[in-house]
Amino acid sequence: MTTPNEWPLWEVFVRTKAGLDHKHCGSLHATDAKMAIQLARDVYTRRQEGSSLWVVRSDQIVASDPSDKAMFFDPMEDKVYRHPTFYALPESVDHM
Amino acid sequence: MSPTLMPTSIQPSRDPAAQYVLRLADTCLILGQRLGEWCGHAPVLEEDIALTNTALDLIGQARALLTRAGEIGAQKGAPLLDEDQLAFLREERDYLNVTLVELPRGDFAFTVVRNAMVATFLKLVWQRLAESSDAELAAIAGKAVKEARYHQQHAGDWVVRLGDGTAESRQRVEAALDSLWRYTPELLEDDAVDEYAGASGLGPRWSELRAPWLAEMAVLLDEAGLAVPKDSAFRSTGKRGVHSEHMGHILTEMQYLQRAYPGGTW
Repeated sequence: MTTPNEWPLWEVFVRTKAGLDHKHCGSLHATDAKMAIQLARDVYTRRQEGSSLWVVRSDQIVASDPSDKAMFFDPMEDKVYRHPTFYALPESVDHM
Repeated sequence: MSPTLMPTSIQPSRDPAAQYVLRLADTCLILGQRLGEWCGHAPVLEEDIALTNTALDLIGQARALLTRAGEIGAQKGAPLLDEDQLAFLREERDYLNVTLVELPRGDFAFTVVRNAMVATFLKLVWQRLAESSDAELAAIAGKAVKEARYHQQHAGDWVVRLGDGTAESRQRVEAALDSLWRYTPELLEDDAVDEYAGASGLGPRWSELRAPWLAEMAVLLDEAGLAVPKDSAFRSTGKRGVHSEHMGHILTEMQYLQRAYPGGTW
């Protein structure tokens, strides 16, 4: 959590090249969105990692509750039929 | 070189084309060195990385310019000197950076005000050098202008934040502006080196950058709520090799390794 003397925390998402998704790559402190974008550029794309950046205030992210993990995710364990592996795919469809 | 000999200093070309390029190269080199001093000392981790990124951009620009200055000197009959020789083996009087960049780094306000001043200047230089009659210089400029544009924006945003921040940040940024402003006329005036560069198409006379530089700084200072300081009669002379008392100290630190271990690499 942010104390009055500490800059708010931002989550940084980097898109490596056009067509790919923005991926979460870390976080940083900044006073506002403009500074967050600049510092994200300096901290996370200095080795040519990016072609686009998103930043979002960490306190604006709604996360699932870790204590809900059993209810939320465990039931999917035995439902392999939800994977589309029981169909014969045409050759032209790659990477399913 | 015989190991029993002390490494001797080298003498750069006195040719005006080489001097024109060296002035820019040394301005980038020395500001890069000054900004490197912030490594591990910036107010926050993120800004520490931002400042050292800027330092590395400037040193990259300096390397390309020093290499080109050495080649131009050799074309005019001087011995060919490489970037390392030019960066580390010259005497103080043979460095041609503007005095502004050799001043000690000061506080964070001093650093961002100076960065905004120099980035604005270099951006204007690079924009003009992109049309240089020297194709090599034009290529360096084409790459460097993108870096300078970001340096200007990043430093300028800080000037606005500090000017429009707390009473203390405002007092500090005003003090920085006041002490730095008197060193800026050196960036905006001509001499014989500029005359040669302008006439030969090598690059702009620095006086041609005066109006756009003042206009861009006025916009920035206005946004920060800061008054443009009054002009002073003082003229710094770093670009002619006559430096402040701070230059020897920064060179001592910069040159120590190459003087102690000639040709050392890692």
